[in-house]
Amino acid sequence: MSRLLAGWGRTAPTAARVVPLGDDAGAALAHPGPRGTLARGLGRSYGDAAQNAGGTVLDATAHDELIDIDPEAGTVRVDAGVSLDRLLRRLVPLGFFVPVTPGTRFVTVGGAVAADVHGKNHHHDGSLANHVREMTLATPTGTVTVGPARDPDLFWATAGGMGLTGVLLDATLALPRIESSLLRVDTDRATDLDAVMALMDEGDHRYHYSVAWIDCLARGRHLGRSVLTRGDFAAASGLPAKHRDHPLAYDAAVRIEAPPVFPSGLVNVWTMRVFNEAVYRTAPVRRRDELQPIARFFHPLDFVGGWNRLYGRRGFLQWQCVLPFGAEDTLRSSIEGLSGAGVGSVLAVLKRFGPGNPAPLSFPAAGWTLALDMPVVPALGPLLDGLDEAVVGAGGRVYLAKDSRVSRRLIPVMYPRLPEWRTVRDRVDPEGVLVSDLDRRLDLSGRWA
Amino acid sequence: MNDALGLPQSVLVLGGGSEIARAIVRALLARRPATVILAGRPGSPAVDQAAAEARQLGAPAVTVLGFDATDPPSVRGAVDEAFAGSGDIDLVVVAFGLLGDQEAAEKDPLAAVDVAAVNYTGAVVAGLAVAAHLREQGHGTLVALSTVAGERVRRANFVYGSSKAGMDGFYQGLGDALAETGARVVIVRPGFVRTRMTAGMKPAPLATDADGVAAAVVTGLAKGSSVIWVPAALRWVFVGFRHLPRALWRRIPG
Repeated sequence: MSRLLAGWGRTAPTAARVVPLGDDAGAALAHPGPRGTLARGLGRSYGDAAQNAGGTVLDATAHDELIDIDPEAGTVRVDAGVSLDRLLRRLVPLGFFVPVTPGTRFVTVGGAVAADVHGKNHHHDGSLANHVREMTLATPTGTVTVGPARDPDLFWATAGGMGLTGVLLDATLALPRIESSLLRVDTDRATDLDAVMALMDEGDHRYHYSVAWIDCLARGRHLGRSVLTRGDFAAASGLPAKHRDHPLAYDAAVRIEAPPVFPSGLVNVWTMRVFNEAVYRTAPVRRRDELQPIARFFHPLDFVGGWNRLYGRRGFLQWQCVLPFGAEDTLRSSIEGLSGAGVGSVLAVLKRFGPGNPAPLSFPAAGWTLALDMPVVPALGPLLDGLDEAVVGAGGRVYLAKDSRVSRRLIPVMYPRLPEWRTVRDRVDPEGVLVSDLDRRLDLSGRWA
Repeated sequence: MNDALGLPQSVLVLGGGSEIARAIVRALLARRPATVILAGRPGSPAVDQAAAEARQLGAPAVTVLGFDATDPPSVRGAVDEAFAGSGDIDLVVVAFGLLGDQEAAEKDPLAAVDVAAVNYTGAVVAGLAVAAHLREQGHGTLVALSTVAGERVRRANFVYGSSKAGMDGFYQGLGDALAETGARVVIVRPGFVRTRMTAGMKPAPLATDADGVAAAVVTGLAKGSSVIWVPAALRWVFVGFRHLPRALWRRIPG
């Protein structure tokens, strides 16, 4: 049946025939219809990455049976439609964590691989594909098993390949061991951008997890004021009495649901200013060793189900860039541009990335990454176009899983290894069966010129 | 594909010589390159000028198609030909229309036929033909250039006004029919627009020009509006106008 599908930002919905992904993905790929096929997970990419207008969309969440944990090896083999939420419920009580988690646990393993997601530990552990041992991929030319040492070209083209190299069926992930489900968190409030960057430069390496919330509406001497939270999983020994008996207890509930319909415009520059002021003022100037559960530290937004609806019918955009070290001036001028235009964000995040991995379309690269959620206002278009140009000029790029509006002209500059990726893609999908709206818009595949 | 701010990568204009449509194409090309298909009266110099302008503004491909808006099969043929091209069409602008001569029509009923045929019948055929293709694509935006003159028809131009009232109502219904298909309809209701079509007429209050309409359309696409009034204040003006007593409304000058 044809259904309207949108990304998390709810900006450009299109209709597709939605079919559950079953065991026979090969058949779906063999008879794709004139507008092709694409797998979709939980729809948490912000733009149009998991849409295929007029074509077929395979609902991967229907393919979620297998969770095979090998405690000796510290690995799990998991169906691509399993969410990190479900995976964590199984792993944490056994003393394992996922190697990488984005800011929400409501993503599928397949979607996470397709976007090669990163988390607060990127400076230590890299992105998700660095921890994938092996995966099974249904391609239009056959189902194959790939890994870093087994058809590495296809493996790395699939990591960050936005679902355009095949339909992921399962993946085997290496898991970090944890002694407790709590993190020891240090919080620092930084009065401006220089201060927070200096703190991160100087101390990030001492923490496994690190991220800064940044107030992109603050101007002048407050530009870039931030709240930096960093932490590590707590050891079982030394926990306070109430946690000692069940150090691996895991609670991750969705506390409230956002209303189904919410007016556009309530998240605006004035309400954002009030919110940002409150976040900044209520954060401690300096706090050490606070114990926080996993859900609060990693997935604070997941406490509100469907929070994207709070932006109303118009939806919202996410813009995330990475800038290499040395391009701090561009980072500063980007934040100045945003705060000056009053196009602020309540959910702006700054993080220091470690080095990238061999995947040609993987987003992370050594440097600073800035991510912003913004309500859709018409002035946003020209403003973000300007920021894109500045990012490209400084040797940076934007994140495809978040994009919904970048100019396609900039993609080969942002992702200079695109030709290499296309070669691998053309090998497994010579007829162009795998299609997404993102690909139609940005021409990653090189078939829409 | 249309991006999150409603900017298309391919545009079809039915009525490609229309000044308002030309302004819309210029405004879109200023933001993003897009392939452009202009369908207009065969051999129309205005369409050729519009095509040259689009090329100059960086459209990677510009195609010109001929059709006759008074001839329904020709309208349908132009739409089908445009969609038979190489790629999807993200944005369709239905811009053809005829102001006609009210005085002449009141003397000779047959002088009203073309206005009714172009503004209503032609627009209906175009809308239905485009909708079928957009459904198949699973996405796309149809921008229909209506007018406030259809919002409450006036004594001074009731032939034109009534044809546009019908057209406006048709596109409202079409928009509802396309809900959940990925396609959407945007109705544009400008007030007095200073163009060739209105040359020699005395501009009404809140008059605008083609570029003003184009800017409002680009903004409305970003906001996901389904009706765009140009200028926006006219929406509230017409809330009042709709309730004016008939005897008073009748005296609103031409």
